Amino acid sequence: MTAVLELLQALGRRTLVAFARLGRSHMFLFRLCVALPGAVHRPDHIVRMIYMVGFLSLLIILVSGFFVGMVLGLQGYNTLIDFGAEESLGVLVALSLVRELGPVITALLFAGRAGSALTAEIGLMKTTEQLAAIEMMAVDPMQHVVAPRFIAGLISMPLLAAVFSLVGVYGGNFVGVTVLGVDSGSFWSQMQSVVSLWDDVVNGIIKSVFFGFIVTWIAVFEGYETEPTSRGISLATTRTVVHSSLAVLGADFVLTALMFD
Amino acid sequence: MHTYLEIVVGVFVALGLGALILLSLQVSGFGSEGIDGYQLSARFSNVGQLKPRAPVRMAGVKVGLVRDVTVDAATLEALVTMEIDHRFSQIPIDSSAGIYTSGLLGEQYVALQPGGEDSYLQDGSKLEFTSSAVVLEEVISKFLFSRAAGDD
Repeated sequence: MTAVLELLQALGRRTLVAFARLGRSHMFLFRLCVALPGAVHRPDHIVRMIYMVGFLSLLIILVSGFFVGMVLGLQGYNTLIDFGAEESLGVLVALSLVRELGPVITALLFAGRAGSALTAEIGLMKTTEQLAAIEMMAVDPMQHVVAPRFIAGLISMPLLAAVFSLVGVYGGNFVGVTVLGVDSGSFWSQMQSVVSLWDDVVNGIIKSVFFGFIVTWIAVFEGYETEPTSRGISLATTRTVVHSSLAVLGADFVLTALMFD
Repeated sequence: MHTYLEIVVGVFVALGLGALILLSLQVSGFGSEGIDGYQLSARFSNVGQLKPRAPVRMAGVKVGLVRDVTVDAATLEALVTMEIDHRFSQIPIDSSAGIYTSGLLGEQYVALQPGGEDSYLQDGSKLEFTSSAVVLEEVISKFLFSRAAGDD
């Protein structure tokens, strides 16, 4: 009897802890939004963070984008050639990249490359009591530490996703047209006649902004909430990557259902 | 160090914005889509799978695109509105329009067959002579019925 009660109690405690955490993350988001206007007055902080978060992620985005595009070109060609429709390769590559793969894979890579770094950095600041020291000097750590990182993530993510999609299209073009011999004119012209600016490109950009928001929010929250031990930092970093990847994939389904009927 | 940082971030943002612009222009073909043209309309008894943004071709070359496909409530025929590039303003008034498919699985498009009159179609003109899309089921059933009739 007591064993059952203990089991139920453990379940209840876990649920309450999870909801308390969710609630704290929203309180955190609210405080972050209040601190945003103050952070905009220090653009040099934001520039430094865009360098850390965006520019340093560029190489991995370029390389993965090109490879994903090449794989799409190869797989698409092998499937389409059976139907004699290899001219539609450009459409297949561009639509998959612009609508789905560009924003989603960029967000996953972004979570691993930039999100984990943000969490570890803020987490270490908290563990070594730098955040407390900043607060002691009557400087708001939200405004000077968290907000610039958040803004940098919001700005960098759509730009990285756009670079990913574009490089991917050229990767597909390289494999399809240069290597496998699909006609270059029909590759581009079919792509241009099917892909629409508002329905596909702009919706892809909206997705990437949303994913940037989710990933950066989770990353800075986990950093700020870190248990101040070395184990705490490692747990927080792992949680950032796992939670933001799951959140991105889940949000992607909802956004896709809303955007593309 | 500070200027280096700013230059690098400037390069990054410029690259990202450039990719956005290229995506809009090169991949979605926004520049080529926004043609500045004049409108024509045509009635078809059946448009098949014709969709807005499908190309309008003359002699196989794209001269415009389909803006809208609706049903005319009065005549119960399909009403197709097309936009033709201004460069092709000398299309004879007795030209005809047909709906064809490019390739076996390709997209459907409107083909214009030029006529012989000296006066030209203008903005808002209507094409009088049209031929509908070929519906595969109708062709097959005609073929089967003619076979059945021939067997008697």
